[in-house]
Amino acid sequence: MFYQQLANALALGAVYSLFAIGFTLIFGVMEIITLAHGAVFMVGAFAGYTAATKFGLGIIPCLIISMAASGFIGFVLDLVAIRPLRKKKFHHLAPMIATIGCATIITSIYQGIFGAEAYRFPFDFVPNENYEFRGIQLTQLQLTIIFTSFILMIMMIFFLNKTKWGKAVRAVAENSRTGALLGIPVERVYQFTMIISSSFGGAAGVLTGLNFNTIHTFMGGPILHRGIAVIILGGMGDIRGAMAGGLILGFAEVLSVAYISSDFRDAVSFGLLFLILLIRPSGIFGKKIERKG
Amino acid sequence: MLRVENITRDFGGLRVLDDVIFEIEEGTIYGIIGPNGAGKTTLFNIISGLLKPTGGRIIFNTIDITGLKPHAITAAGISRTFQNIRIFKEMTLLENVLVGMHRLFSYSAVSMLFELKKKRREEKELREKAYDILSIVRLSEKAGLKAESLSYGEQRKLELARALATEPKLILVDEPAAGMNPAETEELMGEIVRINSRKYTICLIEHDMKVVMGICRRIGVLNFGKFIAQGSPDEIKNNPLVIEAYLGRDETGA
Repeated sequence: MFYQQLANALALGAVYSLFAIGFTLIFGVMEIITLAHGAVFMVGAFAGYTAATKFGLGIIPCLIISMAASGFIGFVLDLVAIRPLRKKKFHHLAPMIATIGCATIITSIYQGIFGAEAYRFPFDFVPNENYEFRGIQLTQLQLTIIFTSFILMIMMIFFLNKTKWGKAVRAVAENSRTGALLGIPVERVYQFTMIISSSFGGAAGVLTGLNFNTIHTFMGGPILHRGIAVIILGGMGDIRGAMAGGLILGFAEVLSVAYISSDFRDAVSFGLLFLILLIRPSGIFGKKIERKG
Repeated sequence: MLRVENITRDFGGLRVLDDVIFEIEEGTIYGIIGPNGAGKTTLFNIISGLLKPTGGRIIFNTIDITGLKPHAITAAGISRTFQNIRIFKEMTLLENVLVGMHRLFSYSAVSMLFELKKKRREEKELREKAYDILSIVRLSEKAGLKAESLSYGEQRKLELARALATEPKLILVDEPAAGMNPAETEELMGEIVRINSRKYTICLIEHDMKVVMGICRRIGVLNFGKFIAQGSPDEIKNNPLVIEAYLGRDETGA
């Protein structure tokens, strides 16, 4: 029973991690919190849904289309809401407000198109099969979710550490002025960060829609709160922290539902986050705040 | 090689640099000294493009680089280090140098998409070159460590290495001795002489006269935004204006 819950928690937490990894990357590189990341998540879910139902595509093309759509939304967000403020050097709060506005607009448009009802991916979009490992039942859906999330996250880590563009992103995250001096095209790095982070948010949207077998236009709100909690828990701007934080939240939620009560799910899991932050205020992987020169 | 012509810079009503004129010859180590607040770092910020001058021109190898963007000036062949060290602490030493080298390769969107397919050979060549640069400042053995694990003196050397990575002709070094003990300072001056012997021209800012006297071939003295003297170290040492700037007019036993 306990191990079974761990498997469920892993599937839930992996998606939280996937959502948070882009969220935290945006903060790390651009020093802003984009409150439209939940809306981007919802756009990704609906893009995947549309690709699956209207065009009958399989999961991999659906994920690719979802990531392309949400990445595009991320690009537009940067263009209309974040970049103009960046040019005027309003760094922190103004973009946050601007992205709330964008999130509201995007959500309203989707409500106009899709209404408020819940949608489902086609039956047997992921074959309904079970696998058993040492007494633990894993559905193919769970395996797909865990596998996809981790592959994407590993790709992100590989990208950041091993490629030229990845190094440029990290350099800008540490000190954009020095990066610019060394010839890194900082503006393009910002745009690119928005695109790739948003596309990860979109993929998380599809996987969440599959996991709960439901997508709706309000789905961005709850994940946004969890995302904020996860990146604070992990240490703002830290990729490993976002991964660890997502998994911790997933485990906390599943275990509190299993052993306490589903009514207390959020209370228990957020209470736990609060406890961790009391002990480590800058998050699990967070460093002491250091002023950038 | 670098000609600074009548550079003036105002901050509000305050004239921080006043009609600064000097020229740096290729292959030399040029020192700019002056008391704290004389305008030395402002001058570097203008040469490296972080600040625009209020008036005057900067000519680098017959090209007018006045007011160009910082990365364009780096591309033209001038790199710099900072008084408050600005390395990427979360990255390894090798990565710090690689980021500096990447200017030499294009950052186009296409290059990004095809980067994964790029020949391993090219990446290997880059890494070997980065190792070579690190070995100039004798840090190649620590190439894989995170930069934050370095001592203060080593971080300065790493910043020099990164400055070398952009393939500059002229390196601006801002107060390298700041915060270092005498032994570290001496070692670093040795590194600067070694770098200079590899055909890099160096311009050095320092407020401590003793540090630069030994290694600079020519020295300019900045005081309250004005160039008050220029010449060889011996000439500077005996120049009454310089002595006054450093010791003050009334020598009340100081």
